Amino acid sequence: MRQDPALSRRGFIAATLAAGGAALFYVRPGSQPAAAATAVLLNGWIRIAPDGAITVFSRATELGQGALTSLALIVAEELALDPASIGVEMAPVTEAFMDHGNTLGYGVGAAYYATWGSLSSRDMDGSMRKIAATVRVLLLRAAAQTWTVPESECNAENGVVRHAGGRTSTYAALAPTAATLPVPQDIEPRPRADWRRLGRATARFDIPAKTDGSAIYGVDVKRPGLLVATIAQCPMFGGKLESVDVSTVEKMPGVKTVLALEDAVAVIATGYWPAKQGLARLRPIWRAGDRKAADSGAQYASLRRAVQAPDHLFLPKGAQAAELLAAHSAGMAAATAHLEALYEVPFLAHAPMEPMNATAHITPHGAELWVPTQFQSMVRDVVAELLGLPGEKVTVHTTAVGGGFGRRTEIDYAIQAAKIARHTEQPVKLIWSREEDTSRGYFRPMAVMRLTAGLDAKGEPTAFSFTAACPSIMDYSIERRHGAPQQEIEEAGLANARDLPYALSAQKISLASADLGVPLTWMRSVGSQASVFGVECFLDEMAAAAKADPLAYRRRLLRQRPRELAVVERLAALAGWDRPAAAGRHRGFAMNAANGSVVAQIVELEVSAQRAVILHRVYCVVDCGVAFNPDAVVAQMEGGIIFGLTGALLGEISLKDGAVVQKNFDSYPLLTLAQTPKIEVSILQSDAPVGGVGEEAVPPVGPAVANALFSATGQRLRSLPLMRQGFTLADAI
Amino acid sequence: MTYSLSINGQQKTVIVAGDTPLLWVLRDNLGLTGTKFGCGAGLCGACTVHLDGQPVRSCLVTIGAVAHAKITTIEGLSADRSHPLQRAWIAEQVPQCGYCQSGMLMVAAALLRDNPRPSEEDIRSTMTNLCRCGTYPRVKRAILRASSQRGNAP
Repeated sequence: MRQDPALSRRGFIAATLAAGGAALFYVRPGSQPAAAATAVLLNGWIRIAPDGAITVFSRATELGQGALTSLALIVAEELALDPASIGVEMAPVTEAFMDHGNTLGYGVGAAYYATWGSLSSRDMDGSMRKIAATVRVLLLRAAAQTWTVPESECNAENGVVRHAGGRTSTYAALAPTAATLPVPQDIEPRPRADWRRLGRATARFDIPAKTDGSAIYGVDVKRPGLLVATIAQCPMFGGKLESVDVSTVEKMPGVKTVLALEDAVAVIATGYWPAKQGLARLRPIWRAGDRKAADSGAQYASLRRAVQAPDHLFLPKGAQAAELLAAHSAGMAAATAHLEALYEVPFLAHAPMEPMNATAHITPHGAELWVPTQFQSMVRDVVAELLGLPGEKVTVHTTAVGGGFGRRTEIDYAIQAAKIARHTEQPVKLIWSREEDTSRGYFRPMAVMRLTAGLDAKGEPTAFSFTAACPSIMDYSIERRHGAPQQEIEEAGLANARDLPYALSAQKISLASADLGVPLTWMRSVGSQASVFGVECFLDEMAAAAKADPLAYRRRLLRQRPRELAVVERLAALAGWDRPAAAGRHRGFAMNAANGSVVAQIVELEVSAQRAVILHRVYCVVDCGVAFNPDAVVAQMEGGIIFGLTGALLGEISLKDGAVVQKNFDSYPLLTLAQTPKIEVSILQSDAPVGGVGEEAVPPVGPAVANALFSATGQRLRSLPLMRQGFTLADAI
Repeated sequence: MTYSLSINGQQKTVIVAGDTPLLWVLRDNLGLTGTKFGCGAGLCGACTVHLDGQPVRSCLVTIGAVAHAKITTIEGLSADRSHPLQRAWIAEQVPQCGYCQSGMLMVAAALLRDNPRPSEEDIRSTMTNLCRCGTYPRVKRAILRASSQRGNAP
């Protein structure tokens, strides 16, 4: 979700390889008493057991994106093995397996174990490919040394090292020797041209257990003596619990105890239903916080004021503010036509299908947590701090995760579970109701964007500006509260408006900071959800003012960007853009270049006389450099498009008197199967490094729909959700 | 109250308040966690099970009202992921996070039993379960795949 992180992998690899050199050893793992001796290679990332079983550790969480399968594919490629023969386990949440090299985006000065920012594949590309390649060389060297033959005459394939002279030995037999050898620092992974396993559609390993109910999500965790809690939190953000009468509820069958927290009340019971029944009987008295209760209307009004007076100018590297502003003014002065528009997006809830939950067991020896989370190291550190324990006394188990989308980078529910479990000897599973999940944040920020452009007599842009008034995610996210610097102030508001692929000269990109008192966090593609909506719709406005075809106009602005242009050309061909649309159908285009990938989409729709919108097709082309598992990339494009349609067409979190109005899926609807258009995805392989795919398909689809609606109706929609602007969404056909 | 239940072909006895939704009896009393809690209001379908073969959102029915029925959960769809829909789900690589898929499969299984060759329109009108990851296109494909396999079977 974070954009444009500085990917400094070198430090990580060097540290891992060096640590591997120091820590290579041959152990009898205490945690697996039944297992015989296992060779631990490269600091434990890869383990080879005597029976030949190969296990790789992941610090990427499986969120349904196929991260664990990609990791297995990488190891399979370098070690020349069947991917299905490789076991992938979540690495322990300990220092050795954290990202010390800032690989996963900006750091907080500590180590990270997290899944975000479309970074999992990029992390693996930069680290695990090299680690696995190094293991292969160590196995070859062990064989060469044992047989006193040249390493170059040995070959590793399907679990066996073979010498040209005919001698063979299994990886398992060689592993103990390999683990004692000095670790080379300069091994290169296989070049793409030689790949035999990576880059081919591979069935995901996590899928079978998701077809028979056997996958264990956080909400499914079973422990001996387990209690279940549910919670009501103060409906006003920043408010507190004033008082609550617990006398009758604590006598209800199944209820163990009622616990008053600072801003919430929890009922602990033998199961979810008695806990929920108890909670429903409580009449907690809430006290509003210091901030004035807000309504969405007032919040929009304050952002509309703020956007007129930005307080932060984005300066590209080497640029001087005075020169940039002068160039922009000159560009505007040279224009013969001026355009200006405000675009607006509301708060959004992530609404993963698995409501927030966490299980905690706190004993005199330490704390153990089972959490569906995207941010294991923060769970460990914050719970340790809360309980006054050293980090190593807090064990965090990652469960299957019923949807993350960024919401599970926050750990509020895990902190609550630990606070509750402090009061019981038994483990406690805290489960939020759907109503709590929808209404309690953390949200995608509300934003108001002001865009302006100057056009010359031919309609070509002479100047361009983008200003976002948007509250800062970093003011609320857990990272900021635990020491992250404010360097990312631009993150949510500007996103990739800072780095548009279009040749828009005399650009001015600025931010008006704001605080609406509503907790915010990263949501799948983060600020691009807003900025791509504003920019791609405004480009259509510019094209219309220039009386140009929207795609022809963009093609001119992408002349210097061959990669983006190639995506546009492939997409235009796929969608038949240069031929007229079928009668009654209208098309819109939008593109998102972010996180090392380029995704462009064309939406084809129809609007009935009653203003019902029928989505016919979404065409999508992605260039993510290379796709480790192409079918998983297609699935991410499909999922991103549907996530984007829900957000842009239907999604809105609004506030009234300081409390969120929406509670469940009746007031916070998701796109349905019946409304979902046919989606056609094409992957364009390029020489670019591997890019992200988890987030990048989300932003373009909303503006593509808005642009198609303009083509259909002549009406320019500049506020989300689009279906609250006088249209309804019909079933697709 | 004590209830004797027929679940996935087995008799089970639970002692639980009669107003407890079937969902929570399955999950908290019987440990059958394949049936998921999504909304608690019959809106998402993640908790769908079969009562006497009919798909029902188990968060909306109380144990007292359904104790007489034959209950089938995702764990009882097949013993070994051999149901044509489970095979199709794997072949089409349907699940992402997977949380909604038990409910999707149970609705689809009832659809195919009553209507072995459903049209796309049948699928659209029946599959009202919500999925946040966006697996709908593959859900549709997998149902069509399973139905055509079934049609080819002797």
